[in-house]
Amino acid sequence: MPETYLDATELVLNMGPQHPSTHGVLRVILKLDGEKVLGTECVIGYLHRGVEKIGENRTWAQFVPYVDRTDYLAAVSNGLGYCLAVEKLLGVEAPPRAEVIRVILTELQRIASHLVWLGTHVLDVGAQTPLFYCFREREDICNIFEKYCGARLTTHAFRIGGLQYDLYDNFAEEVKAFCRMFPARVDDYEQLLTGNRIWVGRTRHIGILTAEDCKAYGVTGPMLRAAGVKWDLRKAQPYSGYEKYDFEIPIGQYGDTFDRYIVRMQEMRQSLRIVEQAVEGIPEGPIMAKAPKVIKPPVGEVYVSIEAPKGELGYFVVSDGGTQPYRVRVRPPSFINLQALDRMARGGLVADIVAIIGTIDIVLGEVDR
Amino acid sequence: MRKLLRKIFLVDLIEGLLVTGRYQHPKHICTEQYPAERPKVAERYRGAPRLNNNPETGETLCIACNLCALACPEKLIVVGSERNEQTRRKELTTFTYDLSRCMFCGLCEDACPVEALELTQDFELAGYSRAGVIWDRQMLEEGPRPTRYKC
Repeated sequence: MPETYLDATELVLNMGPQHPSTHGVLRVILKLDGEKVLGTECVIGYLHRGVEKIGENRTWAQFVPYVDRTDYLAAVSNGLGYCLAVEKLLGVEAPPRAEVIRVILTELQRIASHLVWLGTHVLDVGAQTPLFYCFREREDICNIFEKYCGARLTTHAFRIGGLQYDLYDNFAEEVKAFCRMFPARVDDYEQLLTGNRIWVGRTRHIGILTAEDCKAYGVTGPMLRAAGVKWDLRKAQPYSGYEKYDFEIPIGQYGDTFDRYIVRMQEMRQSLRIVEQAVEGIPEGPIMAKAPKVIKPPVGEVYVSIEAPKGELGYFVVSDGGTQPYRVRVRPPSFINLQALDRMARGGLVADIVAIIGTIDIVLGEVDR
Repeated sequence: MRKLLRKIFLVDLIEGLLVTGRYQHPKHICTEQYPAERPKVAERYRGAPRLNNNPETGETLCIACNLCALACPEKLIVVGSERNEQTRRKELTTFTYDLSRCMFCGLCEDACPVEALELTQDFELAGYSRAGVIWDRQMLEEGPRPTRYKC
């Protein structure tokens, strides 16, 4: 035991679980040498609700509202993933009209999720203004959701086999108005941030994750694309008719925090392109496939993954032929992307930790489930 | 050289300030002044549950089929009924809806075959006690009466 701690250089510090910039209830144990980070360790589970276990005790259709609550910033995408998985198990396909509406809503949800990411991420790094602008635009998307399905955040928009609600009267006009208004707003964000010396200084060459690292950790989504890998499940394994839309996969160069910012900004523009194309040609027809009233999928198991805003969101569902799932396993993108935190933060500074947590775009509801 | 001048004259920061400057006009205010200004929620909004009565006779529309209770993922609806000996039909006696556990998914409303149970546009549902947010039949038929504040 040393007599004095004054010469002790290593310090173990808890960041969170109440720290505002951990985006929820993430606890990161930091080992520091002055300002330098020697290592990090994540402690998760503060928001564990046992969603996967709940799934075993609900009927197939009853579990749909629960998946909204894993990644609550992208509830629509979660619902799509689960519904597609059960539909594949049942051998049912959503009708064309339902598919197009699903694409519109999930792409709007991707924009909304990226807007929350952008607002909170830049707020952590020190820019306050974009947060309010981002939430202002997100409000428009939330209003569209509210008019469509009656809820803003945990939407329960999709059902197994299609949709419950048909479009409301002004849907196409409102979406088109949003599409007209939004590109100028993205330009605003870029004008605020892209050239800003403080923003560039805080993000350039911070938290570098190379393509090899990404593949080793299983990191997907914008983080993988920022490292220069052109991998998007919407192109690689098209679902819900994504092969019909013309869009590009934005990629980065270095895989640092700034590249991830650029990739997500480009993704918002690409999502808008998909929405514009989809809303032009919404086919007429039924919105619900001929699914049985009591859903009893045959014995079997499927894994279906979609490109959620945060990465590859997979649902592995097992049926024993009953009215309830035998097992529902979620492959949450945030949880797997969070593993790379130590790799990105080690050797950096304490202030960079905040930027790196922000750039992973985690939602603790999804990490802990 | 141009880059250096941009740096010296803080062009990047001024560009950002231009954006904030553009939104200074009061017409860009979009904050809702709740509770002075009450939001108008969408027609399909899923808020407080309501048990509908027949507008002409004032009798409940509910046929006590129990489908809402079966559809509810949280099993928070309890339907009480008894058989009327004369008409040989089930009649609703009690209906409890535990709003504290409700997540407003709307599955009960979808399951109802006679449109008796409905999620309405009322959104002010806070209560002073846990028991107070377990709604009985009377409360479900009358709906919540939130205090309207004058501001």
